[in-house]
Amino acid sequence: MILSRKFVKDYIDLDDNLSINEIAEAMTSVGNEYDEARPLINCTNLITGEVIECENHPDSDHLNVCKVNVGNEVLNIVCGAPNVRMGLKVIVALPGAKLPGGEIKKGVIRGVESNGMLCSKAELGLDNKFLEEKDKAGIHELPLDTKVGIDPIKVMQLDDEIIDFELTSNRGDLLSILGLAYELGAIYNKKVKDIDLKYNENKENIKDMFNISIKTPDCSLFLAKKAINVTIKESPDFIKNRLIASGIRPINNVVDISNYVMLETGQPLHFYDADRLGDTLVVRQALENEKLTTLDNIERNLSVDDIVIANNSCAVGLAGVMGGLSTEVENDTKNIIIESAIFDNIKVRKTSKKILRSEASNRFEKGLDPKRTYMAIERSCALLEKYADATIVGGMLEYNESKVENKKIKLTIDKINRVLGIDLKIDEVKSIYEALGFDVKITDNELEVLVPSRRLDISIPEDLIEEAGRMYGMDNIIGKLPNLSVINGYYDKTKRSIRNKMISLGLSETMSYTLIPNKEVHKFTNDNFTEINLSDPMSEDRKTLRYSLLYSLKEIYLYNKSHNQNNICIFEMGKGFYKENGEYKEDNKLAALMTGDYYESIKNTKVDFYHIKGVLEELMNYLGYENRYRLVVNDNLPKELHPYQSAVIELQGKEVGIIGKVHPNVLKDDVYVLEINLDKVLANKGTRMAYKEIAKFPSVSKDIAFVVNKEITADSLIQAIKKVGGKLLNEIKIFDIYEGDKIGENEKSIAFNLIFKDSNRTLNEEEVMDVFNKISAEIPNKFNCRLRDK
Amino acid sequence: MKELEKILENAKNEISACEKSADLANVKAKYLGKKSELQELLSKMKDMTVEEKKTIGKEINEVKQSINALVENKNKEIEDKILNEKLESEKIDITLPSKKLRRGSKHPMSRMVEEFEDIFVSMGYTVYEGLEIESDENCFQKLNLPIGHPARDAQDTFYLENEIDRFLLRSQTSTAQVRAMEENKEKGPIRIVCPGKVYRRDEDATHSHQFMQIEGLVIDENISMADLKGTLELFCKKILGEKTKVRFRPSYFPFTEPSVEVDVTCFKCGGKGCNLCKQTGWIEVLGAGMVHPNVLEMSGYDSKKYQGFAFGTGIDRFAMFKYGIPDIRTIYGNDIRFIEQFDRKDED
Repeated sequence: MILSRKFVKDYIDLDDNLSINEIAEAMTSVGNEYDEARPLINCTNLITGEVIECENHPDSDHLNVCKVNVGNEVLNIVCGAPNVRMGLKVIVALPGAKLPGGEIKKGVIRGVESNGMLCSKAELGLDNKFLEEKDKAGIHELPLDTKVGIDPIKVMQLDDEIIDFELTSNRGDLLSILGLAYELGAIYNKKVKDIDLKYNENKENIKDMFNISIKTPDCSLFLAKKAINVTIKESPDFIKNRLIASGIRPINNVVDISNYVMLETGQPLHFYDADRLGDTLVVRQALENEKLTTLDNIERNLSVDDIVIANNSCAVGLAGVMGGLSTEVENDTKNIIIESAIFDNIKVRKTSKKILRSEASNRFEKGLDPKRTYMAIERSCALLEKYADATIVGGMLEYNESKVENKKIKLTIDKINRVLGIDLKIDEVKSIYEALGFDVKITDNELEVLVPSRRLDISIPEDLIEEAGRMYGMDNIIGKLPNLSVINGYYDKTKRSIRNKMISLGLSETMSYTLIPNKEVHKFTNDNFTEINLSDPMSEDRKTLRYSLLYSLKEIYLYNKSHNQNNICIFEMGKGFYKENGEYKEDNKLAALMTGDYYESIKNTKVDFYHIKGVLEELMNYLGYENRYRLVVNDNLPKELHPYQSAVIELQGKEVGIIGKVHPNVLKDDVYVLEINLDKVLANKGTRMAYKEIAKFPSVSKDIAFVVNKEITADSLIQAIKKVGGKLLNEIKIFDIYEGDKIGENEKSIAFNLIFKDSNRTLNEEEVMDVFNKISAEIPNKFNCRLRDK
Repeated sequence: MKELEKILENAKNEISACEKSADLANVKAKYLGKKSELQELLSKMKDMTVEEKKTIGKEINEVKQSINALVENKNKEIEDKILNEKLESEKIDITLPSKKLRRGSKHPMSRMVEEFEDIFVSMGYTVYEGLEIESDENCFQKLNLPIGHPARDAQDTFYLENEIDRFLLRSQTSTAQVRAMEENKEKGPIRIVCPGKVYRRDEDATHSHQFMQIEGLVIDENISMADLKGTLELFCKKILGEKTKVRFRPSYFPFTEPSVEVDVTCFKCGGKGCNLCKQTGWIEVLGAGMVHPNVLEMSGYDSKKYQGFAFGTGIDRFAMFKYGIPDIRTIYGNDIRFIEQFDRKDED
């Protein structure tokens, strides 16, 4: 909503010494923010002048060299406008003038001195939509009787100031000059002046010639009056200028009056050409696929959710949004039907969201005061009589089911102070409410406030507490800390521990988007879930909620690689979404991706499967799951992983994630990923950290190597060795793997270091050798393999 | 005895001439070995008187010890020299680059969330995360935003497929308030902060369709706007610096009444006015207010007994301000050259 200072002055006496910025700041401090506050024409150093000589520029076929009398001097100015000529009264921007397009400087144009500029309306910063063809083509021509040497903005009556407010959605009442006047009145303690509603009526009665019929509950109030014998012409300057200041394009006096009254009262009106309309207005739901061509000459396709105004044959207006083209007021219009109504705000909002946002719909959506509906129709009659020579037909057609009234709200001064945390006296609150235009009665500690119907936003005591707070000044409240019991705050330590652990392992944390393309959602998964899509996505790329985080990490990898970053170790913690048994589920997941050099400046330490496996182990052990998880190769592996370098991660026998190399069909480089479902992992209690006695007795270390078939896994050997080794075999580690010339083509050698230990005594060589020999003997039998070099 | 002096003199010269351990061993054998001159002198002693034996024996022994000491000193000297040569041969260029361990960095948004959490946890708040898929009821209706409410426009919402007006990606963390109140079986005091991802149909340099908010909620019997202001003053000072001032401006949110917008003194210019704050000296960072009685009642709270405050803010904005990130899309761009800048310890 744009406030025009000249416009609001009709209704409130604002001190001329207040700057427009001061007014804007005062409004902000009571909750009405603004975007900008400025003179309507934001220019300096303009003066009226007369072109006393005008000759062709010697060196140009379109420029003219003018001598311009500006009162106290005559300036030489080069001007390119086609309409410049001797005798014109013009707007002169003197050297140093600041215009929206820049500063005017003395200069030389093709060898001729030029000391200023003759201005068009466009150069004054008026929006294109307010300009006529002649304004666009040339300089502005002031009336020939204009004095030279005075302020041309005053001559044009554009010496207004504006504030462009960004109002909150509860304050529909402020979408009117009157509403703004009440608000300013409360701030500056001024009374709002009455609006002029006086006009004459002829002896006829509209009821004898016109009908209204309301066939939908979505219209609570509908008023119609008739004006005849209107003269369509240009509006007087003050109406045009106020519309321009308010951002609305003047059209003709009748259309301008409907807009002018909407700006004044907040009530949108609609004028129909009565002769084109016929004798009836019906308010009803639109038919499915009903067509209506609106004022902007666009055919709209309607549905039963929309409300239309119709005559006997078809829809002639889209209620609350825009009128129809067929009954538009045109230059030959003689008689008009005036409509002032209230339509359901939610319905209007839905329709306007679908079809078109307009000045009208914006006001209907926020709710209207029925008193203003009456006020507006009468105001429009007054203005039509005055500025369009209209005769107003007697009587008014009226349908009123509106339940909005003045509200009586009771509250205590204690409650006000308890909520705001301040110490207002009851009389102070009373005068705040009275300044807002509310009637107040006091009984002991209680205030009974009568809130006028224009304040649709106020319905409960808390709303009134807010009024007291904002007029007192929310910022005048002195902050204190709440008097609350001391309690322990809590946060999810595990989540942070996991994040810190991953970072300490050299991975950087990413944060990517939840929404991904639908065609990617099943990648890196075993397909065994139902994905969730958006109803109306911004784009196909942001259509589906991700199930796996690995698509995102892959994209991050590709992005960085395209920026020449080849060493990438990243992880992300986030949610994976899916639908199960009709319910929406979101699981916490952790995913990691590693590729390139693991150490920054050491070559040949490319990340391989065992690096990312190491990361997994470090994390799982840190969380207390040592020896409780394992990697399993099964059919559940996503096809985006290398079939022979990937595994399912099992914890306590249950699948909790995947790990492996990305399939070369997906990424050509050696990229390794893992993903675990943190909810599934953390459902298992981690083994507690507790002190274990450090061995007092020495251990015995023995090495042994087996040459086995390549298909045999290290883990199966370890399990078998452990079994044979029994209690005395305390620890078993792999320290070397060999494949090559010295052994068979299908063979590999795995060397183990075995640690024998008993926490209660020193072992003797014989008993260790007994076990060791047993291992040396039994393992080759079991795996059909042999001891190496023995 | 002149002969002994001579031997000692010769030994001294030969020992000091030695350069290698092997030479020294030969010299040692020559003067102290079985065929040495000293040994010879000792063997001659059998013809001497007891007195002579005593004197000469003592002198020979002294010479022996002297030579031994000389050998040992020389030996040490040679060993030191060898070690020093070895060390010298191991000389490195200490200016060569280090063997860098890969360093991970915490995402700036996580750092910011943790910072927020730590401040509030220290004041007795519990971190409550809520869900990202929410019902329209929890996200809007129970926050006093019925279907069709104009304030819903500010948050153009992503509804799930076939779930318009039913299920959505939460557009505000305020929804976690509702969940926390619903879950509180005693309908008693609450003190929580709810950080998390939120989603809105919006995308430009300062808006991302996905971003992060944190919501705070305190419910008790005597909570006022003054408590809200004190709490936010403390919080803003902690997170933006001790000199930060807080300003309340009245505003409107359907779920709080009264409602305020909260400005802080511009972190860039400290309040003098600059480009960032559009010359006002203030930057809007939070929305807050007293929980609307309808919101309390809809979640089963007695609004006669309990009142409370709630506040919410975009974490991304704080991260952008705190770290000077001009474009929100950088935050979610995940360029590792960006993320790896955030590997310092927190400032105290």
